[in-house]
Amino acid sequence: MTATEFALRTDGVGKRYRKGWALRDCTLALPAGGVIALVGPNGAGKTTLLRLVVGLLAPSTGTVEVLGHDVTASTPQTLSRVGFLAQDHPLYKRFTVAEMLRFGRACNLRFDQGLAERRLAQLGIPLDRRAGTLSGGQQAQVALALALAKRPDLLVLDEPVASLDPLARHEFLQVLMGAVAEGGVTVLFSSHVVHELERVCDHLVVLNNGRVTLTGDIDTLLAEHRLLVGPRTANDLDGAVAVVEAVHSDRHTTLLVRDGAIPAAPGWQARPVALEDLVLAYLRRPSEPSAVVTSGVPA
Amino acid sequence: MFVFRLDTHSGVPPYLQLVQQVRQAVLLGFLQPGDRLPLIREVVEDLAINPNTVAKAYRQMEQENLVTGRPGQGTFVNELQSAAMSSSTYTSLGRGLATWLRRAYAAGLDEQAVNALFTSVHQQTRNEDVA
Repeated sequence: MTATEFALRTDGVGKRYRKGWALRDCTLALPAGGVIALVGPNGAGKTTLLRLVVGLLAPSTGTVEVLGHDVTASTPQTLSRVGFLAQDHPLYKRFTVAEMLRFGRACNLRFDQGLAERRLAQLGIPLDRRAGTLSGGQQAQVALALALAKRPDLLVLDEPVASLDPLARHEFLQVLMGAVAEGGVTVLFSSHVVHELERVCDHLVVLNNGRVTLTGDIDTLLAEHRLLVGPRTANDLDGAVAVVEAVHSDRHTTLLVRDGAIPAAPGWQARPVALEDLVLAYLRRPSEPSAVVTSGVPA
Repeated sequence: MFVFRLDTHSGVPPYLQLVQQVRQAVLLGFLQPGDRLPLIREVVEDLAINPNTVAKAYRQMEQENLVTGRPGQGTFVNELQSAAMSSSTYTSLGRGLATWLRRAYAAGLDEQAVNALFTSVHQQTRNEDVA
């Protein structure tokens, strides 16, 4: 394996469809070996970005570099190191699980069929069942086993747990995190479910209206942001601290600030902010081109 | 074997939750010197948690001298540092707090009010100590 510092780098990437820009000025550097969540509301451009990463789409502007290689010029060798699990875990419904595995073996340069069979046996999924007759959770597990059998260096998943019930979601994440624990794979997945992110991700990309509004290492982002609660203020303390969001009630004001010192005024309390609240605050912000916040990524 | 829990709504970063649980278990005697912590792999598959988070927690515990990692064998709980709170201090502080809590509940405060009061006074004391 080559020692690539970044699993994924994009520089000024935009994608324009006939109806307009789905993604603009997307510049990211995502570290190898991590679990990266791509978060945003429906229509934010998450799927477009993921499809650009795996080479299913070509960018209108900018460059996408995956595992150190420009993805538009990528060879089968490069692509064989990238796994992709599309939304709703597509399988050929009339194929048996064994036939899906044979299909995977035939279509990939690298395919560890033994690994996939072991995983499915552990989960108690019979190889002779047709994919269409399995439960949603089992179908997701079969699709994941197929993607992991490629032994990818980068695994890209589009909304992998959105359609699963809580138990199936937990089981899916157990297998996915177990694969990360074995080492060697960087995981990039999109989600619009913000809670539970903190336990599975170490890196975050927030996408809104086709633009990246926040990106960085999650612990760094949480350490840099604070909730300040104090008496209602007339002004927003604009000059003093970088205010991400200000909420006023009759008598007190809650500020989400970045890199801010605690206001000297008495009666103010600083509290850590939960990841979910941080993400929601950035999603609520009107997106401005200059407002991209980057953290934890060396220049 | 020690079992970790994870509270996704506490606002405490997951790696810190793991560290705190071990610290607390050592303090309370649920974990004793020489006990082995679960392997990172086992924690990951149990909690469906990011392995980097668990690794970070284990590194932090080693830095705090709570545990020692022995390559190929696992991670083991250390003897309590002499600087750590003695069990008699622990008991007497606990009693003091219990007395205070009874007074607070008798005065009509509920759990939320107690927590709010504690957080506010705690913060004030810390700020005064810094100033």
